[in-house]
Amino acid sequence: MSAISTKTTAHIASLANLPLSEKEIQTLTPQLDSVVSYTTKTSQLNTDAVEETAQVTGLENIFREDEVDTSRMFSQEEALANARQTHKGFFVVPAVLEER
Amino acid sequence: MLLDLSIHELNKGLDEKKFSSVELIEEAFSRIEQLNPVLNALITVREKEQVLQEARRADATRTEKTSVLHGLPFVLKDSYVTQGIQTTAASTILKDFIAPYNATVYQKLLNAGAILIGKANMDAWGHGASSENTDFGPVKNPWDTTRVPGGSTGGCAVAIAVRMCAFAIGEDTGGSIRNPSAWCNTSGLKVTYGRVSRYGCIAYASSFDTVGPMGKTAEDCAMVLEVIAGKDPYDATSSPHAVLAYGSAIQKPRPLVVGLPHEALGEGVDAEIVKGVKTTAALLEREGYTIKEISMPMLSYGVAVYYQIAPSETSSNLARYDGVRYGQGRDQFTDETKRRIMIGTYALSTGYADKFYHNALKARTLFIEAYKKAFESCDVLLMPVMPFHAPKLGELIADPLKNALTDALTTTQNPVGIPSLAVPIGFSSSGLPMGAQVVGPMFFEEKILSVGYRIQQLTEFHKKKPAL
Repeated sequence: MSAISTKTTAHIASLANLPLSEKEIQTLTPQLDSVVSYTTKTSQLNTDAVEETAQVTGLENIFREDEVDTSRMFSQEEALANARQTHKGFFVVPAVLEER
Repeated sequence: MLLDLSIHELNKGLDEKKFSSVELIEEAFSRIEQLNPVLNALITVREKEQVLQEARRADATRTEKTSVLHGLPFVLKDSYVTQGIQTTAASTILKDFIAPYNATVYQKLLNAGAILIGKANMDAWGHGASSENTDFGPVKNPWDTTRVPGGSTGGCAVAIAVRMCAFAIGEDTGGSIRNPSAWCNTSGLKVTYGRVSRYGCIAYASSFDTVGPMGKTAEDCAMVLEVIAGKDPYDATSSPHAVLAYGSAIQKPRPLVVGLPHEALGEGVDAEIVKGVKTTAALLEREGYTIKEISMPMLSYGVAVYYQIAPSETSSNLARYDGVRYGQGRDQFTDETKRRIMIGTYALSTGYADKFYHNALKARTLFIEAYKKAFESCDVLLMPVMPFHAPKLGELIADPLKNALTDALTTTQNPVGIPSLAVPIGFSSSGLPMGAQVVGPMFFEEKILSVGYRIQQLTEFHKKKPAL
């Protein structure tokens, strides 16, 4: 019995902002299921009294002075240089609000 | 061939004016021109005349005070940003991306006078174990061009093996330096997490990613490590831990206790590879090392835990590729990358996050405890890198679960943050390279490098080159 259905795949794709075709959803679903099912092996481990580890550095609160380092600043041109679409010195972004 | 020489020997030859940096660069380009069309190791090759100019300048400015890397050609995995030079992470999404700044590791190598030859092909975004998950054509194994070189840092391992460079910088998140090192007969070091700055390294899993040296020998890796390690104000996870003179530290003989985890040497690992590791252990034992058989049952959970945390972190890191400030649209991700993003999104999603992601972080703590316990009775551990030999092209990329299981022996070290060195230990009956990894506690690179150095004093496998 599979844990991941095509409906789940479509939902995940939407959460992940991945545009998938119907065909891709059909192909990816059993593939995702096979890997995810394998990972449930971890349920064999007793993790009841165990703390999570998010990172292993042992470091905390690494700060710097709130000072501008001009040597690390991009000019507007540098910042825009790799954008597909720009308009008068701005990035062009997909519409967020609907037009009336 | 000049590039057969170690970093130490190259320095000696350059100092004594037996040859010049220009000649090293000429040789590297000759190898690239001849072999890159066959092996596809490099995505970007820098313009030859410009590189030669840099080599001439290196020859002119060489002194007894210049770095051991001064004037030496190197390649970078194409996951490191290099200002003014195309940086793609092997993805169509970044095919036109010209990086606007330098990764710290690249800047350090430039400051040392080393010369960048090109950017190496890889599994896109680090997602793979074969260097087939690339939009720039698969990389071929120089020992058998019908087979994969390993991944995700395949291009670098190949470039070293066929002498396109003197050394390379790779990246290891779940075995990506160690895997191709084992399958291409080169040496490669997964450093302690935080040992080398990740600033400018295109992130895969931010709490697992490590930046590491690759070369023909453990000694070469040690010499590069000395230059690239250290705290970086631009990487908050980089460590203030002291950087040792690794190149000389590893030569000190020391009677270490070497643990052999029994779960890494049994069912699920090719018999020839197991034999190779045990033979290596026996060699070390004759030299005064103590070999200790230990049990680490946690090792069999590596892939399961890794494939919950790493995809989760990558789903977050790759969210920035929306085609607005840079790059193509998200429909351009490869199938394998889409799978990893989706596995991660699922593992983090409402209703599943506790069962998958958070539980995996608890299992991570169990891994830390397991290695801590092992290192109470052992100085280092010796185990195989790969569970099988380099497969034919097309085998792994067609089977997502088999692809994931390729990482079985290299996915427990990154969640814990410990270092591991891959070195050649022989060849299979069909002539394919095999590697072992020497695993150590955090910040004990000199211990694992010293064992690798010793293995390379006792064996000649690392000196063999592919016939190409």
